[in-house]
Amino acid sequence: MRYLPLSEPNRSEMLRVVGASSIDELFRDVPEELRLKGPIEGLPSHASELAVERHMTALSRKNMVAGEVPFFLGCGAYRHHVPASVDHIIQRGEFLTSYTPYQPEIAQGTLQLLFEFQTQVARLTGCEVANASMYDGSTAMWEAIVMAHRITRRTKSVISSGVHPHYVRVAETMAKFTEDRLETALPELSAATDAEQLIASIDGETSAVVVQYPDILGRITDLAPIAEAAHAAGALLIAVVTEPVALGLIKSPGEMGADIVVGEGQSIGVGLQFGGPYVGLFACREKHVRQMPGRLAGETVDAEGKRGFVLTLSTREQHIRREKATSNICTSSVLCAMAFTAHLTLLGEKGLRQLAELNHARACEVAERLAAIPGVELVNDAFFNEFTLKLPVEARPAVHAMVEKNVLGGVSLGRLYPGVDALQNGLVVAVTETVTDADVDAFEAALKEAVQ
Amino acid sequence: MTVNPSGWRPTTPANEQGEAQTVTGNRALMLEEPLIFEIGSTEQTGVDFTPGPRPSPGNKLAGLERSRPIGLPGLSEPEMVRHYTRLSRQNYAIDLGLFPLGSCTMKHNPRLNEKVARLPGFADVHPLQPQETVQGALQVINELAFWLLDLTGMYGVAMSPKAGAHGELCGLLCIRAALEARGDKRAVVLVPESAHGTNPATAAFAGYSVENIPANAAGRVDLDALKARLGPDVAAVMITNPNTCGLFEPDMKAISDAVHAAGAFVYCDGANFNAIVGKVRPGDLGIDAMHINLHKTFSTPHGGGGPGSGPVVLSEALAPYGPLPFAAKYPDGSYRLVEEEHGADEHPGAFGRMVAFHGQMGMFTRALTYILSHGADGLKQVAEDAVLNANYILRSLEDVLDAPFAASGPCMHEAIFSDKGFAGDLSTIDLAKALIDEGFHPMTMYFPLVVHGAMLVEPTETESKAALDQFILAMRSIAARARAGDQSLKAAPIHAPRRRLDETLAARKPVLVYHDPEPAQAAE
Repeated sequence: MRYLPLSEPNRSEMLRVVGASSIDELFRDVPEELRLKGPIEGLPSHASELAVERHMTALSRKNMVAGEVPFFLGCGAYRHHVPASVDHIIQRGEFLTSYTPYQPEIAQGTLQLLFEFQTQVARLTGCEVANASMYDGSTAMWEAIVMAHRITRRTKSVISSGVHPHYVRVAETMAKFTEDRLETALPELSAATDAEQLIASIDGETSAVVVQYPDILGRITDLAPIAEAAHAAGALLIAVVTEPVALGLIKSPGEMGADIVVGEGQSIGVGLQFGGPYVGLFACREKHVRQMPGRLAGETVDAEGKRGFVLTLSTREQHIRREKATSNICTSSVLCAMAFTAHLTLLGEKGLRQLAELNHARACEVAERLAAIPGVELVNDAFFNEFTLKLPVEARPAVHAMVEKNVLGGVSLGRLYPGVDALQNGLVVAVTETVTDADVDAFEAALKEAVQ
Repeated sequence: MTVNPSGWRPTTPANEQGEAQTVTGNRALMLEEPLIFEIGSTEQTGVDFTPGPRPSPGNKLAGLERSRPIGLPGLSEPEMVRHYTRLSRQNYAIDLGLFPLGSCTMKHNPRLNEKVARLPGFADVHPLQPQETVQGALQVINELAFWLLDLTGMYGVAMSPKAGAHGELCGLLCIRAALEARGDKRAVVLVPESAHGTNPATAAFAGYSVENIPANAAGRVDLDALKARLGPDVAAVMITNPNTCGLFEPDMKAISDAVHAAGAFVYCDGANFNAIVGKVRPGDLGIDAMHINLHKTFSTPHGGGGPGSGPVVLSEALAPYGPLPFAAKYPDGSYRLVEEEHGADEHPGAFGRMVAFHGQMGMFTRALTYILSHGADGLKQVAEDAVLNANYILRSLEDVLDAPFAASGPCMHEAIFSDKGFAGDLSTIDLAKALIDEGFHPMTMYFPLVVHGAMLVEPTETESKAALDQFILAMRSIAARARAGDQSLKAAPIHAPRRRLDETLAARKPVLVYHDPEPAQAAE
């Protein structure tokens, strides 16, 4: 058993020191009739590294690998190239096998890196401050809604129809158990977003308006009018970003007046990983920081006056405030935040902009080619690297037909909105820098055949 | 005392040992590292791109192009690797030494786990790929679920919660859904005063009011006080077992029976499952819901504070209410993710959804790899060695440190001490910081609250006897100094990258992001 250093002579000697005649004596508080007598029946025994690797590799081969086929999926998880150095950094044992930095004198590495992460996230989203990360984008959005509730002391939030349906489901689930009221609607396959309806629905009871940017259909719209209307009614604007690479090219939500910006940081540094672990981004105005959930790294000095960093404002948190905490969150997603910050540092503003431009140019090209297929319409007027097509047939069978051609050709809205007839022909297509000319040719051919 | 804005130069001429300063502020292998905002440039990048299509003259950005700079510095690859490598060396980690944080289970993270999680078939798969293209991923979730159920003796498992506290929330929402399904409005959750802070915070987040239940003199839940409080308004009791004093609750079955008789449910915080895995099954103790921290018992990396993963095992009474989605195996051998679409038919009681997508897949692959490596026999040995190591520390230190529950018998996976007997105003923090100078990460301090100046030591099973002996040597030395009133402990640590940091200043004037110096006022 390669992970267990104690030898049998060690165990005997230690039992002697402890004053126990057998290991079971140490378990004497567990009632004997409930104690298992031997290893649980029906389960295999320990296995060699070689055997385990073989088994897991065999399982991994039953999946279609995104990087081995033409690949065009998005809807909250994006495939970008992650430089080799990023994964190398997060595999350093000093990062990988450290804990939440409760002892700052020997955790300056993690703390400084989180301070840098917070600054990057704040600047990218156009906010004044950001926290050290949340579980993911969907849970961050719910935390933003209840944070707005604490600030405004109002309970009604209006969620745009353009917000990722999983995010909406998470919020609806949580709202069942709190006094929060949520209003939302289903998206329409149109170029226009629901900005006007959102503005019309804001009233004196509204705590927050929640919009996604770019939205679930890939659309982008100016958030400033929504922010103005929200603020005029004493409400906050929460913006949700699931593709932060977009912010290298388009205005940040904070710049347009959003009060809280949350997001999914997966697309920078983290990779697809079948949905997790990812990294929730959370940024807001400085005046609201004491209502913010999650860990925060802050700057201070040590006893010699040297700059250093610590976890701070922990009086908001559960380990101090218990049932009066701003959130029950304890862990964040630091290792993924490290990947995010390392990748963004490697990119820098110049590289992020180049990456975003590449994505947009490629997406424009692909949108134009696909929209030229007879019967296929481009829904969006505006988009970043993701857009929605209206097919002449239902999109779900088309997606499966494309799989037969070894093409992963987008996400059908039928998967995300089962049973909603008006959306069944919608196909959401994401195009990143990883897409090659050959991929586009294969996708175009497969889609052409699938819609015939 | 001046605040050094760059972190680059030393601000004191020489330290207390009279060592001469260096012009760089570095001390041999201990290298100071500025912030990326101080060394990077917005014009620098460490990424080369493959040229794409020629941008068309127009764009589809609807006039939303950024007009202002963002302020994101870049570094070339060698600078970037050096920046983070230097930072990494200012961190303590399990890979460096014993990390005895109580209730955190800082065990070795096997590298096979990391290798497996990075196989393209796991790492490079999109969560919304058609299900016929992700059968292996769904099988991983299903196989891990099978193991978790067998190891806990429970009926169902919700795999999607993102961390332990998120799992607590999932479990309480199952309880709430089950109560509501029988038309039973109960408003109170009982939590022992020794519980981890997430327990009361989670109960409040799930809409419950929280009441404490006291501990008895032996560090266990006061069964009589609990029974006296049970009633028609109590929805659930949240118990940590083994508890945060490192003790097994011997009355657990009686507690469960009393809670069930009162119509309520038993939530168990599974943070300390490492002590009992393979030895006793929570299902046999009458528990209705328990989260499992995969990053504790099942060796997925803590990564400086997450990501965690907190699957929740459920009793037969609660399983119908678990959230969507989940991976199901069908008679033809295929796997399917049951999402909202089929939820109404296959899992109509689901209380909802906890996360976008399906949970921490990257942690599932690591945990399953670990479980298969250990097997049923190895996991039992894990618990036994973890408990033996903790008791070895308890009995090797009880003559120099107050161990409030040592007389009542063996501990489980962690040993608890108090600061009783320290001279003058010396306290737990002084011992902890001195431990840093001896090359160890401190134990959990001042938790649980029921023990004065608590020191909660959890060595885990992956420490050798030699490592434990060295730790004991250091602890005995520091404990003797604390009892003797050695005031030099107040100055510890002196050998770490930083001396004690001013946490009060950080909270009073929060500086949470870097501000570029104003050019005209840079000399201020």
